[in-house]
Amino acid sequence: MRNTKTDPDTDIGGAGRNFPQTSRSAIIGVRSDDPQLRQRAFAAILDSYWKPVYKYIRIKWNADNEDAKDFTQAFFSSAFEKNYFADYDFAKARFQTFLRTCVDRYVANQRKAEHRLKRGGGLDHVSLDFGHAEIELAQHPPAPDLSPEQYFEREWTRNLFTLAVEALHTKCAASGNSTRFLLFEKYELEDSVNTVSYDSLAREFGLTTTTVTNHLAAARREFRKILLTKLRDATFSDEEFRNQARQLLGIEVK
Amino acid sequence: MKWISDSRLEHLRRVALQPDFSATKYELVRELATGGMGTVYLAQDRELMREVAIKVLNASATDDDSHRRMLREAHVIARLEHPGIVPVHDVGTLPDDRIYYAMKYVRGQRLDEYVRDVRSVQERLRKFQSVCDAVAFAHARGVVHRDLKPQNIMIGSFGEVLVLDWGVAKITREVADPSEAETLKISLEKHRTAEGDETTTQGTVIGTRNYMSPEQAHGNTSLVDQRSDVFSLGVILYYLLTNEPAPPQTGSSFRRPRQYGSHITKQAEAVCFRAMADHRSDRYASAKELSEDVGRLVDGHPVSAYREGAAEKLLRWAGKNKFLILLVLSYLLMRIILAFSSGR
Repeated sequence: MRNTKTDPDTDIGGAGRNFPQTSRSAIIGVRSDDPQLRQRAFAAILDSYWKPVYKYIRIKWNADNEDAKDFTQAFFSSAFEKNYFADYDFAKARFQTFLRTCVDRYVANQRKAEHRLKRGGGLDHVSLDFGHAEIELAQHPPAPDLSPEQYFEREWTRNLFTLAVEALHTKCAASGNSTRFLLFEKYELEDSVNTVSYDSLAREFGLTTTTVTNHLAAARREFRKILLTKLRDATFSDEEFRNQARQLLGIEVK
Repeated sequence: MKWISDSRLEHLRRVALQPDFSATKYELVRELATGGMGTVYLAQDRELMREVAIKVLNASATDDDSHRRMLREAHVIARLEHPGIVPVHDVGTLPDDRIYYAMKYVRGQRLDEYVRDVRSVQERLRKFQSVCDAVAFAHARGVVHRDLKPQNIMIGSFGEVLVLDWGVAKITREVADPSEAETLKISLEKHRTAEGDETTTQGTVIGTRNYMSPEQAHGNTSLVDQRSDVFSLGVILYYLLTNEPAPPQTGSSFRRPRQYGSHITKQAEAVCFRAMADHRSDRYASAKELSEDVGRLVDGHPVSAYREGAAEKLLRWAGKNKFLILLVLSYLLMRIILAFSSGR
């Protein structure tokens, strides 16, 4: 979702994202003295949270498009520069709760001081696709019965799953298994999934039903692995990772 | 990347929850059903090239009791080698430490689905007798099912009847191995099935509300024995006779099945009510006894649950000897005609 810049005017810095993926707990990274490790950890956090934060600011703080972009960019830049997240104590609260509190405090302070927001900071090489986030927000507004906090949680979950699907896409393409992802997309992501069967996919793709079964089984395995890796990237301790996995997926992880 | 809708998000969550069979000889095909303790998947046995059903402990059920119950369920089924009980092929542990067991994949209908398609009470009674026989076999092996209900009974595509879900079965003290004669001491925890009804609860209350015997409903686990299964079978019989999944109560008693139609005989009603008696001592002593009475019912013989009057005995005799009666009547009629003709 972050790769296509639709609004260069308000993106942070240049195009593309240079951080390699990491599967290490983010807290190790953000507390590290090694700037590269810190940047990698921060990129993982940004990946998981920027969009939910943007939408949350739009809804909770009733901010318009431009203000929400500025707040989001400035918040993450400031968090990176001042290393907010290093203070996070997972024994006290979930990271999402901590992050929301930081965002609320940040936006409240900014509004109170009526400061012009500073862009860039330590994240001037990261591009965030606010245009796409804005389209999503317009096309899929929050349900009226959701509080901004619940909305944030829901969007964070959606973002995590979206990132996992994207990563699966990339991985399948890189390993010459594009068909595998197409099958996964048709069977697991289409809303008309009830009308799609293994047999119909086999006919459509000119494969045997067994091959479709094998592809889908492999894609699901990989998806699960990627999702857990993304979740680990977005959490700050093994304990928090296990808790999140239990809450989000109802599963126990080692 | 396309927007992932809320319903797809839930779906993907389930996809992520799917068990990892990569270290086994099975290839997951799809989810078949989910319950409080486990989820059943359709899978392909890569070695034997056949479909199997695999029950996997739910990821959320990670406590030792659930783990133990699941393993025990597999052991219970494995010792019940009967055509009416689905055989277990294999037991194992997944990389995430979840227990699973593979069993025969049964194609067919659940009893509640079967009831929608088959209207003949006679046919339904024959299937019910097969259910009783499978349960009677388990009773003979010292196993009480404790959660008999239409959703746990399958009618296979060749008409075979299979009793499923032995997850809360109780092993009674009559068995040879005393280590098995121990009811699990499980904390009181309520589960919900995929259908959303409140079902198997563990500890003091075990079973499904509509099909649960009074002793189960009151949490008197020490009183639960094969007669508790007889009660559940009685409720199933009520359902088969009336199409009413939950017998409606009028005051302290159930509405009489015959109120649903005159096609339900007094005998059938009596069998049903004897199985569903409030007090255990008033019920059939075993599923075998119930099965025998149902057999008599199907064959048109007197049932132990109903004492017939002289007129009913005569009617039954007449019903079974129609040809003989017709023959005698024809003979008598012929004699009367002859006597009348010769008298003229």
